[in-house]
This record gives sequence, structure tokens and C-alpha cells, in this order.
Amino acid sequence: MPAAAPEVELRSSPHLHTRRSVAMIMRHVIYALLPVAAAAVWFFGISALASLVTAVGVCVATENFLSRLAGRGSTVGDGSVVITGILLALTLPPGFPLWMTAVGAFVSVALGKMLFGGLGANAFNPALVGRAFLQAAFPSAITAYTPVLARNRFSEFIPATLTPPFLQPPPLDRWIAQARVDAFSGATPLMQWKFDGAATDPFALGLGAVAGSAGETSAVLIALCGCYLLVRKMADWRIPAAMLGSAALASLAFHAMNPARYPDALFTLLSGGLMLGAFFMATDMVASPVTPRGVWIYGSLMGLITVLIRNLGGLPEGVMYAILLGNAASPIIDSVTQPRVYGHGGRK
Amino acid sequence: MHVHATIDPQDTVNQDAFLDGLWKQNPVFVQVLGTCPTLAVTNSVSNALAMGAATLFVLVCSNVLISLVRKLVPKQVRIATYILIIATFVTVVDYVIKAASITVYKALGPFIALIVVNCIILGRAEAYASRNPVGRSALDGLGMGIGFIIALLCLGGVREILGAGTFLGYPLFGPGYQPWVLFLLPPGGFFTLGAWLLAFNAWKRRKEKTA
Repeated sequence: MPAAAPEVELRSSPHLHTRRSVAMIMRHVIYALLPVAAAAVWFFGISALASLVTAVGVCVATENFLSRLAGRGSTVGDGSVVITGILLALTLPPGFPLWMTAVGAFVSVALGKMLFGGLGANAFNPALVGRAFLQAAFPSAITAYTPVLARNRFSEFIPATLTPPFLQPPPLDRWIAQARVDAFSGATPLMQWKFDGAATDPFALGLGAVAGSAGETSAVLIALCGCYLLVRKMADWRIPAAMLGSAALASLAFHAMNPARYPDALFTLLSGGLMLGAFFMATDMVASPVTPRGVWIYGSLMGLITVLIRNLGGLPEGVMYAILLGNAASPIIDSVTQPRVYGHGGRK
Repeated sequence: MHVHATIDPQDTVNQDAFLDGLWKQNPVFVQVLGTCPTLAVTNSVSNALAMGAATLFVLVCSNVLISLVRKLVPKQVRIATYILIIATFVTVVDYVIKAASITVYKALGPFIALIVVNCIILGRAEAYASRNPVGRSALDGLGMGIGFIIALLCLGGVREILGAGTFLGYPLFGPGYQPWVLFLLPPGGFFTLGAWLLAFNAWKRRKEKTA
């Protein structure tokens, strides 16, 4: 009777695996975003916290519902939808009505992601799709900013936060007047520059003690968190490098032409959503090009458009549209920067 | 041949000519024709109604006239003839709207003149009126025109209610309502049309599955 042949497992390459997976990378992006979210709560209080919770909750629920509706099981587990929720909340004013936040979160995931086929198929950064929708739908609510470090931020909500669904948020002037901390108004540094011609101290910008969207507070903190991702190679370092570099160069040129009208490079880099956009949104793996050369073009394009919108456009901030335009251009950039395959074709 | 039909076959043909346009062959939701006016002038219910009525008039009249002359027109010049006939009726509509209400006329702007090149009208002329008798062509025009109005009202209703909180200009929700400005803007037109097409297709697929 022949002995049973020892079991040999035959497998094709690759034989070495890394622990990296979509879920693992997304988890680390969430870790990197947590300090930024915590800073948002510290600076703006429970309103920012409620906004974060609402955005993440509605995003997760939407993805859960739509992926089940499509009949392929819930795809919530990979964690990417949580990032969308956090990013959306961070790009909104801290006192943004929660029902509008919920609408934005639904649009982000439904129109920005699931309609294209879910993670990996979205042409645009989903969070920014939601924000662009909100910007067009509720232009006045999304520019209602409140001062940072308000005295009673941990004990009461900003009045606009709890607006009942489908109703207009109340005016915030009175709340701002009684919650005002010396020298801080509700206007963001970019609005102050654009409409009043007033510059903000770069130290305050770096630290984050300025009014603005919930997540665009401390430029230094955001850059540090972003660098964690770059070091772990979970985001392409070329994208923030190119975006911030080209934004700095472009604003240097503008500032040289007319220092009274256009802000200097340091102000450009530290103000508004540029840091958050460059490190966390432009680096969206799905919506950015894949070739190294293409990534440089993509990043510099977005930096340039940001400065053009801020300096020449009607809006004080242009990072959102710059990134969306960059996303739109990325398939074209990819197709013109394809490297020559070794052994095929020659130099033209 | 022994046909013992309880319904006169001629009647069902006529009925289909009318009903197809309303729903089964709806020019906007099924054929996806005439999307330019559909997107452009549906930011309020009154604009949608005016545009729909104007198109309905042109559609019925041109269908009738084209059907009348269908045997006289040489094949080579038929499209030019159709355009001429359609343009005549559009001019009539243009003056009627101008006389009736200058606000509606201004709101519709260039889109009245553009009814000439509305592909629903030219499409029905080429596909139906040029090969069917007058009565049936008129019914076809009526059905398609009313189908177009239904579609425009579907879009205009959603856009005006969400975008302004009103219906035909009457406020629905009281003063605290937050309008969704987006729905009065061009993107809102695309979103709304997309949502209606989605709903229509989902409904059709479900019906096919159960059938």
C-alpha cells in the first residue's frame, strides 16, 4: 500500500506579503486626522464635535445602505467612508446647521462615491463633492463663521448648529458679540484680507487661533499629521510638495507685483484650507494620477489654481475648486505622462 | 380572415399614438430628447408650463401640416421643409407669448426661438408625421407634447419647491424656509433630471422583473 504523498502546497508568486491593505491604510489616515479633529473640537467646542459625529454617522449610514442596495454587501468596513465624513465636517464652518451637514454627507457618499461605483471608482474626492454641493445650495450658511476659542464653547452650541431641518439658520451676530474673545471676530483671515485688506499674524495662523472652517485651524498641526502619512508612505509626498510649492511660488510672484493687494507666500500657505487640502484631500489615492511625473503636474496645477482663485477670483478661498479641478484633470494627466514601456517603441 | 375583435384595431392604433408620448415613449424620460429646454427653463413651474405649452402647440401644428404635405415633398428637401414649417409656428408662438406676458417672454429668453431645433419636434416630424395620416399625427403630437409638459413640470416642480420654497410663485413653507439655491442654478437642473431618470429606470426595471 503506497504511503500518502506529503501535501505540497503549490502557489504562484507573490510569496511575500505586506500587511498593507486598503483597510489598514484608511485606518492610519483616520489616526492622522484624529489630532486635527481634536483641535477642531478644542478651538470650536461641542458644535464642531456634533458636526463631526453627524457627518461621519450619515456618511457611514449612506454607504451602508447604498452598497447593500447594490447587492454586494456593506463596504463600510474598509474605513474610507469615515475619512470622507471627518474631512467633510472639517471643511465646514463649526456652527454649520447639522441638517445641512447631513445633506452634505449624503451627497458626498451617494453622488461623490457610490454613484461612480464605490471606493476606487470615484472621479472626485467625495468629501469635496459634498462641500461643493453645500456651497452652491446654501451659500450664506456656509460663509457664516464664528470666532475661535469662544468662552462658552464647551457648554452651549453655536445657535446655528441646532437649526431644525429645512429652516434657515438664525443670524449669529448677537451670539458672536457675547461670545467674542478680544480681537477675534467671526471673519476668517482670508475674508479679512480680501474684504478689509487686513493681514493676520502668521504666528496665529500657524497655531490655529483664527476663525475658519472647523478643520482649517492650526496649519502646523495639520502639516505634522500629514507628514506622518508621508513618512509611512500612505500618501504621495510629491502631491503636497508640488501643491504647496506652486502655491508659494505663485503667491510670491503676485506679492512682488503688488504687495498691498496680494498676500505674501507665508500667509498663503498658512491660511484657509490649503494645508488640509494639500495633505489630506489632494492626496486621495483614487482621484489623483498614478505616474510620478503626472503627480507633480497635478499638485502644481492645484496650487496655482488655489492662488489664482484667491487673488483674482470673487471668493476668498479656492482650495476646494482647485482640488476638484485637479481631480477632473487627473485622467488626462495620467494618459499624457505614461512612461515608455521598456523594450517598446522609441523616442519620438 | 375572420377577425372578431371587440376593439376596432384602428382605435388602438390611435390610442397608442396618443398614449405612447405620455408615458411609455415619454420624450424626456424615455427618449431623453429635448434636454436643452428641459434643463434650461425648468427653474420655475410657470416657466416650465409656458415652455411646455409653446412646444405642445408647435408640435401639434407642425405634425398636422407635415402630415398633410408628406406626399408632396420630395425626399431630398424634406428636412428643410420641416424646419421651415416648424419655424413658422415658432414665430407664431414667439409673438403670442410676447403679447400675452412680457415677463414670461423675458424668462424664457432665447429658448423660445430655440424650439425650432428642439429634436422632439423634428424627431416626430421625421419618424411619425411624415409617414402617418393627419389625424394620427395630430394625436401623436398631442401625446408627445403633453408628455413633454409632464416632464417639464416634474423638473420645474422639484426645482421650484426646493430652490425657492414656492409653487407657481405661492410660498409653501412660511418665512423660515431655507431655499436650496443650487436647484435654481444649472447644476440643479442636471441633478433633478438625473434623479428623475434614475427613478424612471428603477421603476421600469422593477416592472420588467415582475412581468
